[in-house]
Amino acid sequence: METTPTIRRLSAEPFKPEPDDDLIVCRCEEVTKGELRRAVHEGLYRFPEVRRFTRCAMGLCQGRTCTKLVKGILSRELGCTIEDLQNPHARSPQRPLQMQELGNERF
Amino acid sequence: MKRYDLIVVGAGPSGLCAAIQAARYGLEVVVFDENARPGGQLFKQIHKFFGSKEHGAKLRGITIGENLLAEAAEAGVQVELNSVVMGIFPEKEVLVHREDRTEHYKADAIIVATGASENAVTFDGWTLPGVIGAGAAQMFMNLNGVRPGNKVLMLGTGNVGLVVSYQLLQAGCEVVALVDAGTRVGGYGVHASKLARTGVPFYTSHTIKKAEGEDHVTGVVIAEVDSHFQFIEGTEKHFDVDTICLAVGLSPQSQLLDMAGCDMAERGGRVPVSDETCATSEPGIFVAGDAAGIEEASSAMIEGRIAAVSAAEFLGFIDADNAAADRQEHYKALDRLRIGMFAPQNRGKVFTETEEGIPLSQSLLKRGYVTDEEVDSFGGVKHAEGWHAVVECTQNIPCNPCQDVCPRHCINVGSNITILPTINTEAKCSNCGKCVAFCPGQAIFLVNEDMGDGTAQITLPYEFLPLPEAGTKGKALDRSGKPVCEAEVVKVMNPKAFDHTALLTMSVPKEFVHQARFFKASAEALTA
Repeated sequence: METTPTIRRLSAEPFKPEPDDDLIVCRCEEVTKGELRRAVHEGLYRFPEVRRFTRCAMGLCQGRTCTKLVKGILSRELGCTIEDLQNPHARSPQRPLQMQELGNERF
Repeated sequence: MKRYDLIVVGAGPSGLCAAIQAARYGLEVVVFDENARPGGQLFKQIHKFFGSKEHGAKLRGITIGENLLAEAAEAGVQVELNSVVMGIFPEKEVLVHREDRTEHYKADAIIVATGASENAVTFDGWTLPGVIGAGAAQMFMNLNGVRPGNKVLMLGTGNVGLVVSYQLLQAGCEVVALVDAGTRVGGYGVHASKLARTGVPFYTSHTIKKAEGEDHVTGVVIAEVDSHFQFIEGTEKHFDVDTICLAVGLSPQSQLLDMAGCDMAERGGRVPVSDETCATSEPGIFVAGDAAGIEEASSAMIEGRIAAVSAAEFLGFIDADNAAADRQEHYKALDRLRIGMFAPQNRGKVFTETEEGIPLSQSLLKRGYVTDEEVDSFGGVKHAEGWHAVVECTQNIPCNPCQDVCPRHCINVGSNITILPTINTEAKCSNCGKCVAFCPGQAIFLVNEDMGDGTAQITLPYEFLPLPEAGTKGKALDRSGKPVCEAEVVKVMNPKAFDHTALLTMSVPKEFVHQARFFKASAEALTA
């Protein structure tokens, strides 16, 4: 997907603090709105990038609660659509499990 | 490695229906579900369902769930609980986490019916204990018999918010307000009216500004929002609450389909691209229910059956002609559900009048109740001598139990089941109460406008405990929940056939007969 000029322009603008930057958006990894917005202005345009950079949506619930919220914040910050943000590919395991359970395989 | 003809992921309404249908075609089926109990959301749904007979209308969700489990057992469906599908890999290899191990299975076809997860919304304090999802509230109350809190504010007036608020009242909680950032109540008006007449206020064009409390919720501040959803200064309202319940929509849980390589699209959340046969872009992988896009349980069940037909056809258990014919039957049932102003294709559309050309009640859309003036414009509301039904059903939703249950054919809906019920003035009401008990929207009242002694009597549906006894004195509340006059319970009927909807008949001064729609026992009566 093409990165639009608007996305590049808005991302290149300096980060401006907002009063609710302390608001936690991803509960599992305790990532705040400010951290997400800052990531955008450090040059990250896409949800998978922001995810790896901040660990948002990568905790216990695997983004079931915050994905929509994070995408909302990123799309407002970048003036783009939800589609423009792209998606990480879902991977196994879908739920948290212990390494020993993963190792204890039955075929 | 165990190989199945079909693996179904999710034992909710859609997955169970898929498995039952597939087993009937002769497929060897297993259903994996991560929960300890099957049935998905059905066992949280203690309200009566809308629709017509073919959709299980007037049955409670829990009853539909029990029926499905019995059907599954009879069809020989194997349901594996506490079994979490961790991944779907190439060539339909399925990894399942169970107890202390992971197990590998192979399938020749897969139906993913993983349902949806609840959306969240952020505000100052949203991570405090006491802020919960509506689904969590239902889990507390309806599955575990635990009250989630004492004083609750509900955010969201879609059907989930409305239904769960009513259940909170039934569980004995005080619901201090229903709040919605939208300008209109999102769910069925009849669900809203059930709440409004008990006195619960609605705040449309409002949302939560802040949850208060140090280590748990002790209060909440809401404020009005403008058309851009920005707070309007000076409109803040505070409520003391211990629980804030969020019912702000659902997102499809489609991750397994993404992992399986299905093409995905953005449609109210990430959904797999699928056709009307429930096929995804990956041959042999099908999707049904909310995982394919958010709807409701009745259509999810039909979709499950469609997916099963397609899986049976894919594996050669039935030929293409038979599959097409079987699917056709299910499409018809779906079409009969996906009609009316709340149909999926009408989402976001603003209606101003009903299919009959009657202006919609603006008060209902804004405050959750129809005004005394507005209610008279609907064909179900007729003034007559003797006992007669008053049907306060004012929006076109697909539903017709009222027509089916009346033994005297007093109520007409017709074959198009979104048409508003009208009263057949030729027929004579027998005052049997079936229409009152079986209307899933609790929108029907039996009324005798003049008992000859200056009083009138009104029979209303009543689903709260303790059930008042005949002789209990109190107040009659109007549609907005405002006390309008003294009232006395003269009769209570609670037969098994009415399935826990008691019929309470109250006597009021006859000038209030068109306003009085709920009974509230006096404080003395409650403590006696």
